[in-house]
Amino acid sequence: MADLKDAIKEKSMNLQKEMLAKQFHDLSQANETGKKVVYTFVPGNLTELILSFDMLPVYPEINALQSGMRKKSADYIKDAEKMGFSEDVCTYVKCDIGMMLNGNIGPTGEKLPSPDLLLLSYTGCFTFMKWFENLERLYPGVPVAMLHTPYQEEGKIAQEQVDYMVKQLKEEVIPKMEQVSGKKFDPQRLSGMLENSARAEDLLVKVLESAKNVPTPIDAYFAGVYYIGPIFTAFRGTAEAVNYYHELWEEVQERMRRGLGPVTPEGELKEQKYRLVMEGPPNWTNFREFWKIFYDMGAVIVASSYTKVGGVYDLGFRHDPKEPLESLSRYCMGCYTNMNLPQRVGLLEKYVKEYKADGFLINSIKSCNSFSAGQLMIMREIEQRSGVPVGFLESDLVDPRYFSYANIKNRLESYFQMLEQRKIILRQEGVIA
Amino acid sequence: MDRLTEIVKKAETLAFDLHFTAARAWKQSGDHRVLVGYLPIYVPREIIHASNGLPVGIMGAGDRKQIIKGDAYYQSYICHLPRGIIEMALDDNLNDMDGFLFPAICDCIRNLSGMFKLSSKGKFQRYFDYPQNFDPAIGGIFYRQEMEKILADIRAINGQEANVEKLNHAIGLYNRNRELIEMIYSIRQEYPWRLSGLDTYYILRAGITIPVEEHNAMLEEVVDLIGEERGEPMDNIRVVITGSFCEQPPTGLIKSIEMAGCYIVDDDFMLGSRWIQGKINNTSKDPLEALCDAYLNQSTFSSAYYDVGNPKGKRLVELVKSRNADGVIFSAASFCDPALLDRPLMQKECDDSGIPHINFQYHENTGQFKVIKEQAGTFSDSIKLWV
Ligand code: SF4
Ligand code: SF4
Repeated sequence: MADLKDAIKEKSMNLQKEMLAKQFHDLSQANETGKKVVYTFVPGNLTELILSFDMLPVYPEINALQSGMRKKSADYIKDAEKMGFSEDVCTYVKCDIGMMLNGNIGPTGEKLPSPDLLLLSYTGCFTFMKWFENLERLYPGVPVAMLHTPYQEEGKIAQEQVDYMVKQLKEEVIPKMEQVSGKKFDPQRLSGMLENSARAEDLLVKVLESAKNVPTPIDAYFAGVYYIGPIFTAFRGTAEAVNYYHELWEEVQERMRRGLGPVTPEGELKEQKYRLVMEGPPNWTNFREFWKIFYDMGAVIVASSYTKVGGVYDLGFRHDPKEPLESLSRYCMGCYTNMNLPQRVGLLEKYVKEYKADGFLINSIKSCNSFSAGQLMIMREIEQRSGVPVGFLESDLVDPRYFSYANIKNRLESYFQMLEQRKIILRQEGVIA
Repeated sequence: MDRLTEIVKKAETLAFDLHFTAARAWKQSGDHRVLVGYLPIYVPREIIHASNGLPVGIMGAGDRKQIIKGDAYYQSYICHLPRGIIEMALDDNLNDMDGFLFPAICDCIRNLSGMFKLSSKGKFQRYFDYPQNFDPAIGGIFYRQEMEKILADIRAINGQEANVEKLNHAIGLYNRNRELIEMIYSIRQEYPWRLSGLDTYYILRAGITIPVEEHNAMLEEVVDLIGEERGEPMDNIRVVITGSFCEQPPTGLIKSIEMAGCYIVDDDFMLGSRWIQGKINNTSKDPLEALCDAYLNQSTFSSAYYDVGNPKGKRLVELVKSRNADGVIFSAASFCDPALLDRPLMQKECDDSGIPHINFQYHENTGQFKVIKEQAGTFSDSIKLWV
């Protein structure tokens, strides 16, 4: 996903780059090839269902983050603000709208096609709904399918919530997809894709859980969003995705056999001094700088919540070919930001323990209330429950005005000093070797 | 002191009593009574009433409480409302509430429900989801289930069953409540000088802290009193305020707008109390279905409600026309994504219909209104000059 020029790359990184380039190329050719295009969101995405109608998905958040990495987001955001969007609101929305105002040129420099269907599934974030109300006005006449995903209010998914979603899929989403694609819904084809999804999910979990090893062969945050997770969104359900995760898992196993650490843009991380669990999205405008502060200090992220916005597979969920629509519904409801706060705290606590973390960090994003509101309480809970030192950073997803390198570096340096001192004390007390 | 002034004074005290004295007194004066605190915007209060409960609106601490602890729970870029509520929760202002409802308006309120859960405040803390599918057989069923959960929560505390008769009775009372509120707005539409926007606000906000029967009696009196001429008409423009449905504007802001020469002929300050437009069937054998129908078909426009097919910008324009207003003031809490993301679309609708507008952002505890007063004054002057 992330285009890290000059970075040292593994085979899987190149493979994912090729797959993504092809996807954007296919999108740029959609008008010529007659493929229909669906705009939708990453959390709770219905990728398999879209692909089963031979339609192509577009994820506006991915375009926004790509614009952030390619230093285009600042201008896009300004253009949206000129249109009347407040400085205070989510910058993903503004970046996306700004990109549209500037010709809808995608990350590879090719123009993205306009949508044939707006598929609004607003899992875990209320802003998605506002975002699509805006898109609906910007693309007048384009059909909209709404899938309301109920929140895991009680900390679990109830059968009646599944029924509600299945009904919406049957009576709202699928008929609109049939209408737009001109194809009949093919449950068998969907089930076949879900079989592939489940295979890829098994492999993804193995890769993510490899970080329980000391040393960890992967970075579960920076690398997690750079090349481990992205394939999931656009390709889940395809044979290519299964192949990709096979390839990646082979690579990771090889690293484990050889006792190697994670790959950073500057090569292998040799000394792993601090193992951290990270909550919250990364900053995209200064992604590599941000990552570098960590690997320069020997810090590696062993588990993160952001890589779970597209699904919390390590808690056991798999797409189920036997119950395709039920399992799509459960998938949507299971995504990280759709979990209630006690569940989120429980998951993070589990990560700190199971991944043998030395510390817990939050990158709080100005844009994103879905993540940010409540994070200070999450931090206290984790501190109390696990006893590890906690840290708090603030930045934004794609608005460079809110990334202060000096400030973040200072905070992290003090945080790492704190971790170092704690290690010394624990060593003196004989708690660690 | 004349009677209306007396009522307004009482309403102001009730509206800003952050210890909810009246509600607590109500609870103590009967058996099996429960207090259910609810956050903005809307909950079907009828079902709480029918369960021997009193729904109590928690609209934030406003500028009536210094926030110290609450700030430690929220980053600077999150709106003010939840930090005031956390402060109240930590200061024991909410100790007599038996349970809390957090309606689905945004991720801040949603996550606040989780913070209440984590700190086990109240006997239940429920996020109340609105369906965004408006088919009775899909969204209607979902909404009914959401209401049934609340009924079960209350029943678990007081053992009271909300039967058909009690539900219909409550629906009737709230029908009357909304009817009286609309009567006040209708009178004010023609004679806005008879009751100021701020006094109207006090009267409505008092209503979410006391039993509906008492509020109805207050409203009946107000309707009678403003049915007669009082006050002096002024050369003011007429405005609709929108965007203030959740975190409430400080009263100084409302006062400043009025002092700058604007009659506020409609607003969304107390949107939850005016959410359902018109009457709900109160003779149904299935009152929950009647409440569902009302939600699906009679909801006002709002940022919490997916508006495809009935865009809120158009509905705002209709409201401006029906109130015969001269312009719109977009007034939203800082960092309020729902209100601020709706604003450009709604402004565009106003532009397309030639309706002038200005916008403000505030915190519930903003203390300086000089700039707002100047802007509202310039707005008023420009309209007087050109219209
Ligand atoms: S608020 Fe957060 S989850 Fe929602 S659209 Fe913005 S960045 Fe995404
Ligand atoms: S003021 Fe806006 S952002 Fe804040 S809690 Fe209310 S709706 Fe949410």
